[in-house]
Amino acid sequence: MLSRTADHLYWMSRYLERAECLARMLDAHHKLAMLPRPPEAVLQGWTATLVSLGMQQTFLEKAGEVTPRAAFDYIAFDREHLGSIVSCLRSARENARAVRGTVTSDVWETLNSTYLESRAFNATMPESGRGEFLEWVKYRAYLTRGVSAGTMVRDEALWFSRIGTFLERADATSRLLEARWRDPGGRGERLGTETSEWAVLLRAMSAFETYRRVTREAVTPKRVTELLLMRDDLPQSVHRCLSELFGNLQAVANAQSAETLRRCGELHAQFLFGRFEELCADGVTTFIDRFQERLRDLGARIADDFLVPMGTK
Amino acid sequence: MLKTQTSAGAYDEMLEADGTPRPHCRRYWNWLEEQPDERLAHKRAEADALFHRVGITFAVYGENAGTERLIPFDIVPRIIPVEEWRVLEAGLKQRVRALNAFIRDVYHEQEILKAGKIPVEQVLTNAQYRPEMQAIDLPAGIYAHIAGIDVVRDGKGQFCVLEDNLRVPSGVSYMLENRKMMARLFPELFAQHPVEPVEQYPDILLENLKSVAPEGVTDPTVVLMTPGAYNSAYFEHAFLAQQMGIELVEGQDLFVRDDVVYMRTTKGPERVDVIYRRIDDDFVDPLAFRPDSALGVPGLLTAYRAGRVTIANAVGTGVADDKSIYPYVPDMVRFYLGEEPLLANVPTWVLRRPDDLAHVLANLPELVVKEVHGAGGYGMLIGPASTRQQIEDFRKRIIANPERYIAQPTLALSTSPTFVAAGLAPRHIDLRPFVLSGKEITVVPGGLTRVALREGSLVVNSSQGGGTKDTWVLGS
Repeated sequence: MLSRTADHLYWMSRYLERAECLARMLDAHHKLAMLPRPPEAVLQGWTATLVSLGMQQTFLEKAGEVTPRAAFDYIAFDREHLGSIVSCLRSARENARAVRGTVTSDVWETLNSTYLESRAFNATMPESGRGEFLEWVKYRAYLTRGVSAGTMVRDEALWFSRIGTFLERADATSRLLEARWRDPGGRGERLGTETSEWAVLLRAMSAFETYRRVTREAVTPKRVTELLLMRDDLPQSVHRCLSELFGNLQAVANAQSAETLRRCGELHAQFLFGRFEELCADGVTTFIDRFQERLRDLGARIADDFLVPMGTK
Repeated sequence: MLKTQTSAGAYDEMLEADGTPRPHCRRYWNWLEEQPDERLAHKRAEADALFHRVGITFAVYGENAGTERLIPFDIVPRIIPVEEWRVLEAGLKQRVRALNAFIRDVYHEQEILKAGKIPVEQVLTNAQYRPEMQAIDLPAGIYAHIAGIDVVRDGKGQFCVLEDNLRVPSGVSYMLENRKMMARLFPELFAQHPVEPVEQYPDILLENLKSVAPEGVTDPTVVLMTPGAYNSAYFEHAFLAQQMGIELVEGQDLFVRDDVVYMRTTKGPERVDVIYRRIDDDFVDPLAFRPDSALGVPGLLTAYRAGRVTIANAVGTGVADDKSIYPYVPDMVRFYLGEEPLLANVPTWVLRRPDDLAHVLANLPELVVKEVHGAGGYGMLIGPASTRQQIEDFRKRIIANPERYIAQPTLALSTSPTFVAAGLAPRHIDLRPFVLSGKEITVVPGGLTRVALREGSLVVNSSQGGGTKDTWVLGS
């Protein structure tokens, strides 16, 4: 397969996954807004989200100050902002268009109609429609994944697309946790709502029922974090993403990719054999910072080994 | 069902002058008359929605970059009876055989120039003439592997050639998609009508491309080279690559080492033998042609001249489809084949000739004047449809550089009933059949019918409001 084709497939999936993860983050805020919380707590939550997404600076340059509405619009609808949900859906579609002969027409048409429909959503939509927009994004992502799984041949095209999906999801889940830990409310420094705030996060990640079933415990920050980092059987967990990433990297291995596979395996082993308490001994955010550093290294190595090397585009 | 009228002075493809259907269209016309208006309107909307979802779109240059538009699709087919088609087909094959012979000759012995049939300077100083191709032998001596010959019917119903497209002719994907769309919208029509199939086009093309691989290559790797996803014809590039099961490459995907062309794959370099390029000569190789272009592959021309890779169409075919060369094509048929042309040209005045120039300047309001290097319907004057001011402006441009222009009478292009907002109405059409040259010359029955959707308009180009129709070659 052409390296450029693999590159487009990889980014097609990354952008779609990113759109979905952003929708989940916004959904968490949407649900948090229903909890009785003081206004400064709400703003702290949004600031933590913008910081963990690396969007704080560009957002402030544009909007001046953090308000829930402005932050939501910036992350969801801002078409000039390449990191927004609508921009990600557009990028996913542009990448698919570049390889429309490689993906099945069903996959292309699904991503194309997602983009065409997304053009109807913008910041003028009423508050009541915003939750529906987030639901819509999630369902379009489910649909695309289903169409891929149901129609694509089991070959490199699918593997590179999955590499993009799981790298992005590992990154997104860790950022979501990081944002929660950066927020004083999430750390339990604001008494009273901590449990509900983490329960909201679980719901936004579609993992609430699973949490109940596998832990049979009350919701605590540590247990939720452990679940989303360490459980290999939970599709949203970082551990699961790394298992998938490793398997798909093995499937596409070439003459120069051994070191990349080794590093991926090493990172995977942390989650496979490590203890949560030890990994996070220096604090959850410190651990996640280090983890994201290694994930970035993997992304760059994958680009060098298989795709269009970064900086040459 | 609204009744249509025919347009004065033009030949209608479906209806006689009295409004009754021509014999070969009778069955279709009866069917059409039975269809309730709502059904047809519904089918039109369905076609639009499908084209959008599938992304059968083209980009328009100059407008907001990145916007995509649909080419309007008309649900009324253009029907050619098979007897008429056989004549046209023979004429097309003859013409393309002569054109290929001409290009080969220009880059070798130049017999036709020595014989004085075409002015030497008109060929050798032509911007499309590529001295790099001189004395290079190509597999099977084929230059224009794919030719799109634009054919129109004049007021008397006679087919004649308006233009030859021998560089990177486009539009064949619409021919194929339009047929699929018709079959999806109106399956019953195909059960009732023996329409000759067109879907074999990609197979024939791939077979031909493989047959011209460099000598000694047994299982050639063929790729389709596109300028990229923002090119106006990108849909077609992706479509054809997919239909043929070959890689769709951009210049950045290829590199040349020791005169061999490779593509960069996830498993390392892979050799490429035949490049079906949909990119102009100027952009093929920045070392040889335009150094500022990032679309091409450095060293590709050297590999090509060394015979290590085949490029289709060949570099330098533009010398034969230039509008200044067009008037000489009938002479080429006589010169190379010793035959009389089966297909006529449209009468053409070449403005570099003083007599022709004088005649044209005296009759501008009645004529169509075209820039020799223009394409896409740009840079032309349609006298009868222009204001006095436009004509005078154009006159100045002609006088400044007469050698840049040719002129033709304003043709009453044939019409076909077409769905417009008000119902069924006659609109002018042309036809672009695709002629494929390999071991033999093949023309897939039909081609792309383009229709000028504005009332009275003669410009069928999609960039200027043209639409398309399914084209049927109908057996009896």
